[in-house]
Amino acid sequence: MRREASSTGPWADSGAGSGTLSEVRTSEVSESVAKAGADGPDDAGRRDFLYLATGAVGVAGVAAVAWPLIDQLNPAADTLALASIEYDLTKVPLGSEVTIAWRKQPVFIRHRTPDEIARAVADDHAPMKDPATDASRVKPGHAEWLIILASCTHLGCVPTFKGGEYGGWACPCHGSVYDTSGRIRKGPAPKNLYLFPYTFLSDTKVKLG
Amino acid sequence: MTEHKSTYEPKSGFERWLDSRLPIVRFSADLMSFPTPRNLNYWYTFGGILAFCLVVQIVTGIVLAMHYDTSEAGAFISVQRGIMRDVNYGWLIRGIHANGASMFFLAVYLHILRGMYYGSYKAPREVLWWIGCVIYVLMMATAFMGYVLPWGQMSFWGAKVITNLLGAFPVVGNAITTLLWGGFSVGGPTLNRFFSLHYLLPFVIAGMVALHVWALHVPGNNNPTGVEVKSDHDTLPFHPYYTVKDLFAIMVFVILFAVVVFFIPDAFEKVDNNVVANALVTPAHIVPEWYLLPFYAILRAIPDKLSGVLALAGAIAMLFALPFLDQNKVKSMRYRPAARMYFFIWIVFCLILGWCGSQEPQGTVIPGGAGPVIIDYGINSVTWLARVSTAYYFAYFLIITPLLAMSEKTLPVPDALFMPVLSKSAAPAE
Repeated sequence: MRREASSTGPWADSGAGSGTLSEVRTSEVSESVAKAGADGPDDAGRRDFLYLATGAVGVAGVAAVAWPLIDQLNPAADTLALASIEYDLTKVPLGSEVTIAWRKQPVFIRHRTPDEIARAVADDHAPMKDPATDASRVKPGHAEWLIILASCTHLGCVPTFKGGEYGGWACPCHGSVYDTSGRIRKGPAPKNLYLFPYTFLSDTKVKLG
Repeated sequence: MTEHKSTYEPKSGFERWLDSRLPIVRFSADLMSFPTPRNLNYWYTFGGILAFCLVVQIVTGIVLAMHYDTSEAGAFISVQRGIMRDVNYGWLIRGIHANGASMFFLAVYLHILRGMYYGSYKAPREVLWWIGCVIYVLMMATAFMGYVLPWGQMSFWGAKVITNLLGAFPVVGNAITTLLWGGFSVGGPTLNRFFSLHYLLPFVIAGMVALHVWALHVPGNNNPTGVEVKSDHDTLPFHPYYTVKDLFAIMVFVILFAVVVFFIPDAFEKVDNNVVANALVTPAHIVPEWYLLPFYAILRAIPDKLSGVLALAGAIAMLFALPFLDQNKVKSMRYRPAARMYFFIWIVFCLILGWCGSQEPQGTVIPGGAGPVIIDYGINSVTWLARVSTAYYFAYFLIITPLLAMSEKTLPVPDALFMPVLSKSAAPAE
């Protein structure tokens, strides 16, 4: 409040009915300053500083308290610590897939037939929402293993295989359709089914994470 | 109305003593004698019905919380075996609570539609309307989180889909969903925080209801004519006239409620929710509860993720914007034949959207083929019907309502709200 006194002070309002506003205000302000004595401009400035400084410390304090209250919502250390897992690929016959959990997220491990691979490669340059070649979605030399997150990139449902017109997956929730490379071909999903880090320990063993 | 004078006179020494310290008896007496328009019809009883619903949900909810296990491993069992089979009358209390949500939304939708029809969102009741909109949003959040708690398949996948909606926002989306989940996906931490918030939010709603009633008591009730109260001839004291009317309506509502709870308790339940949550398998056909279906249909109608989410949010935002969009001075649609017609068409499209939301996107509307494909789906598909309905939903608010507000020729509005009441009762004598 006082901070504004030098320009459009609150005291000035009462007498500012007519005349040149700025003149009236300036004179009234200097009058009241003179009357108040200790309420001089220097003092007002000092009070403004204290006011702002107190406010700033208060805001910093509230932020410091708010952050732990927000951050506690993030994954706890034990959730983050979920280790990588190994999977024996001999359990997945040619032309089938398994859905397993990695860090509580569903993952597809699909043993693709030569037919499915050929179909995916043939579509490499077809118009797509999220263009990617089939080769970029598998490990070199392991084109038969498509290992991807099984969450539809729209809203997270697990798509069903052999749905839709591209030979791959279709999402039961909102009708997104993926091809045999897990690329989005139709529907509301914005991205291909996500890749994530994994390594082949041998031809029949894979380490997820 | 604002100058409604207190007619309370303390009768005993104690009342005088209390009145000068905490005038709570005066406050209650003034609520009871509040001057209320004399022509309120039964559409105006839903406020009281909703207050009743909130109390029922809070009371049954507190009891259910005493028997509920919030852990990921125990939640499903504690509901399906504990509450539904072992706890004395647990089946009844959960039946009331779960179906109570549906009854609550039925009442709130009729309450909102009444407000729209009679123009209750117009000056001087905009703040009253906005508080109501906030309550509606809180109700949806509360209902959604409550639906997750039984931890069945529909609970889990509903939670996953809805939380993923927020992932649509660029840059911050993933950080927000991780923050909501407390993990890499919906899981135990999510269940625990949803329980905590599901317990909290009803009390927030109760607080907002207090503000809603306060904001109602400043300008006073709107009424079916939309004509403001001008004199004492226009009003009756709230008690006994409207306490009795509201109670009668509540009793009729309770009969319907009881029919649902006792004869068709599973009517609103999806069978899949009797299967424990499984993060690896999505049910073949997931749909939200009926009261969210129109919004779900709007979400699916848009073939782009972020746009779909924005359309969903926009559909709710339309309600907030209504006081700005409709500037016509005539409040009640009784005197606005054109607005009334477009409003009824809008209700029909909302119902169609609800139906679309319950169907699969590629399903057909008229049995038979999907018809020629336009862009992505056949002309006869549920998706295209939902798109047309979505277009009307938004056009109603953004184009039709503002245009009608400027151009509509309204019928003559009575000078005072009691006039149509008197002329109606006088009619048989002629």
